[in-house]
Amino acid sequence: MLTFAAVTAASESHNPLLPSVPDLIWGTVCFVVVLGVFWKYALPRIQTMLDERSEKIAGGIQKAEAAQAEAANALESYNAQLADARAEANQIRARAREDAEKIAAEITAKAKREGERIVAQATAQTETDRAAAFRELKGEVGVLAVDLASQIVGVSLGDDAQAKAVVDRFIDQLGKADAAAPEGAAR
Amino acid sequence: MFGAQAVAHTATFVPPTIDEFYPADILFAGTPFALNRILLIRVISIALLLLLVWLGVRRMRVVPTRWQGVVEFSYDFVRKNVVDQPLGERQGRRFAPLLMAMFFSIIIMNLTEVVPPFLMPSTSLIGVPLVLGIISWATFIYVGIKDDGGWRFFVHELFPKGVPWPLYILIAPVELISTFVFRPLTLALRLTMNMFVGHLLLALCFGATSFFLFEMPMLWKSLGVGMLAFGLIFTLFELLEIVLQAYIFTLLTANYIAMSLGDAN
Repeated sequence: MLTFAAVTAASESHNPLLPSVPDLIWGTVCFVVVLGVFWKYALPRIQTMLDERSEKIAGGIQKAEAAQAEAANALESYNAQLADARAEANQIRARAREDAEKIAAEITAKAKREGERIVAQATAQTETDRAAAFRELKGEVGVLAVDLASQIVGVSLGDDAQAKAVVDRFIDQLGKADAAAPEGAAR
Repeated sequence: MFGAQAVAHTATFVPPTIDEFYPADILFAGTPFALNRILLIRVISIALLLLLVWLGVRRMRVVPTRWQGVVEFSYDFVRKNVVDQPLGERQGRRFAPLLMAMFFSIIIMNLTEVVPPFLMPSTSLIGVPLVLGIISWATFIYVGIKDDGGWRFFVHELFPKGVPWPLYILIAPVELISTFVFRPLTLALRLTMNMFVGHLLLALCFGATSFFLFEMPMLWKSLGVGMLAFGLIFTLFELLEIVLQAYIFTLLTANYIAMSLGDAN
């Protein structure tokens, strides 16, 4: 009975609105420790990491943008170069074709000239040769005729009339050729 | 009939009393550093908090590990919703250590209410809430004097703008008491009383469960099951309360600081 009274008395002495000294001390100690750790250790680390992360993300985005711009530039210059090269190639081809045509024309003209020259030369040569041959022949024909005639006469005396006819025709022919010769030389 | 049964079974139900909160000292008894069960729970829970924080931030990586992710998420949540929301980002950075230390200290000390084997919130003793309330109070006064200018701060607080001057006779004393006396007291009492009553409620539910299930005959046992269900529901409710009280305490402190910053903010 006595202990029961003591217990109730004890419980009535407790006021939940009044702190005990150890409660205050341990409360203060605990909070100060937590505050210190948060202030000097945990939050700076988190903040540093977050800053680093956002920097990295921003940097990454910037880098990607730069790379993209660079790629676009490269593509543009490549395209431009390609277009230039194509134009140049076209130009070269056109010029080559022109040159080829010119050269071909030149060669053709030259060949034609050469041909004409050769033909002319050949014609002249032929003409002079013919004229020379004719002149030579004309000189020799008389001798040959005399030879022939003497042979004919010498060989076949019985056939006199026929030999005469041959000689006559020969001479006749020579006369014709002589008349025609100056005409052919002039040509 | 009930009476007959009560007589037949000599068991009596002893509801939890206020003595729940005054257990015997275990360590350093008789000194100012005496640790009873509740204060021991407080020290252990704070050590646990520091361990968890240390595990989360000891090796910070830009690409977070799983636990660092949890710590970062908690940081981000409190920073955005409790600190930066009333204070803005610039001032938020300044007061983040204090407010975050408050939030996480309170939440871990509340959390032991529902975590076995502790089952006791160490914030139900008024010491910590009172200390935190005083720190909150000292902080907003300090900030007011430093950032708003000493005299101007008290004028702003006691003579709010836009009020016809004769009313100041009435308003100034009310503001004086509400700002400089009631603010820290209401902070401390709101937290302590919620956790105090919450613990008694849970102790009552589970005490009654045990009593009806193990010390009463058949039919009464069904009542024990009902009490168990109540206990579980209230446990969920207390989980909400645990977070909510930490949130309210810190958010109000942040708001008081924001008010003290006044135009300087």
